[in-house]
Amino acid sequence: MGSMKEIFNSLLLRELFKGMSVTGRYMFARKITVQYPEEKTPQSFRFRGLHALRRYPNGEERCIACKLCEAVCPALAITIESDQREDDSRRTTRYDIDLTKCIFCGFCEEACPVDAIVETRIYEYHGETRGDLYYTKAMLLANGDRYEEQIAADRELDSKYR
Amino acid sequence: MMVDALQELLQGLFGSVFPLVWALLKIVLIIAPLLLCVAYLTFWERKVIGWMQVRIGPNRVGPWGLIQPIADGLKLFLKEVVVPTGSDKRVFVIAPMFAFAPALAAWAVVPFNDTLVLANVNASLLYVMAIGSIGVYGIILAGWASNSKYAFLGGMRSAAQMISYEISMGLALVVVLMVSNSLNLGDIVSSQARGIFADNGLGFLSWNWLPLLPMFAVYLVSIVAETNRAPFDMAEGESEIVGFHCEYSGMAFAVFFLAEYANMILVSTLTSLLFLGGWLSPVGFLPDGLLWLFLKIAAVLFFFLWIRATFPRYRYDQIMRLGWKVFIPLCLIWLVVVGCWMMSPLNIWK
Repeated sequence: MGSMKEIFNSLLLRELFKGMSVTGRYMFARKITVQYPEEKTPQSFRFRGLHALRRYPNGEERCIACKLCEAVCPALAITIESDQREDDSRRTTRYDIDLTKCIFCGFCEEACPVDAIVETRIYEYHGETRGDLYYTKAMLLANGDRYEEQIAADRELDSKYR
Repeated sequence: MMVDALQELLQGLFGSVFPLVWALLKIVLIIAPLLLCVAYLTFWERKVIGWMQVRIGPNRVGPWGLIQPIADGLKLFLKEVVVPTGSDKRVFVIAPMFAFAPALAAWAVVPFNDTLVLANVNASLLYVMAIGSIGVYGIILAGWASNSKYAFLGGMRSAAQMISYEISMGLALVVVLMVSNSLNLGDIVSSQARGIFADNGLGFLSWNWLPLLPMFAVYLVSIVAETNRAPFDMAEGESEIVGFHCEYSGMAFAVFFLAEYANMILVSTLTSLLFLGGWLSPVGFLPDGLLWLFLKIAAVLFFFLWIRATFPRYRYDQIMRLGWKVFIPLCLIWLVVVGCWMMSPLNIWK
């Protein structure tokens, strides 16, 4: 009896019609496509995008060249060299992040004791020639200066979870 | 009136070669809109499949993405046609044309209404079937000329599949021939205008699809397999299997692509003519006309896209099993059933 029913169902293409009714219904469903340049998905304040080096409000750079970020970086994307400045404080002479190596894990940000290296919400950047995505200390500091307002606001939002 | 005036004008201009010019003009009138339809069928397909997958489909090139097929065509034109070393160059170039030309040539006998047909031959259905079979040569030549074992195996596979389904398709058509008692496509359509339902203003119930419903289903599935479309697209099978055109690039590949879509339109037209009453109006109070034929073709084409968006691809041995062990016996049985039906007093096709 069961096999008869099976033959009957398969001859009447029952499952095929079921499947087609599903696709037929979805044809008129609301489309979920985000049309990127015009529309964007909401971002978290923890979004990990382009890196930046921050400064204190008085203009002094935060980084103290402890090299924890360099040590923790799983992709070995960070290169740091440090030296004593004229006022005897330890500062970096070189702070490079190779964004082509970076996997945007956010460990550098987590490791930093002074919130110097951070990842911003910026993800729309590009390089046109070889080496364009090799960010030097000056470029990272410029990023920090440029987006400081947003960076500070995002750290503020995250502060109660830290 | 306009046609007569144009005819006279051309007759004066060309003199003795006028019939040739006139025939060419009619061919252009059929082929040019057909090619446009092929281009926009690709666009429509991407749109429909997009909608069914809760996407919106191409919408960037031109308003609502309407220029997309032209951009695609331009891209393929500008690409290099790579001819593999060791391939048979002449056959390699001719193969796509072999695949494409039959899809266009078959339109010579397709009637658009009771008078509008390029060549009203008595064996027009036979002609369509014969021309359609030539398409297989394109595929097997492409596979062979590529000098690649993958293309060759793919060509063999597709050819075997197309030939198998041509049989069940042909057997389904034999049943249609029996009930309409003619090989002329125009006569087959007008024979569907008779019947109890048609006399009472419900023409669409008198068309062949209802009394021959199992054959209609077999025919629909067979044409999908015959045109190598999903879920029977072993010829292409992007994600898992290499097909006969794997060595083709640029415009040579595009011609195969166009052939597939031109074939889709052709078999949809045949379905409309043979089973869905061609240009006949579905209800008595609306006039028959060209528009009905186009609507039916569009509906069958939509069905093609719908099943592509729905079903996963068949495995090759399952395709062959379905063709040989299910469809061909089913067709043969139904052939006998319809034969008995016609001989019995219940015959509705007198």
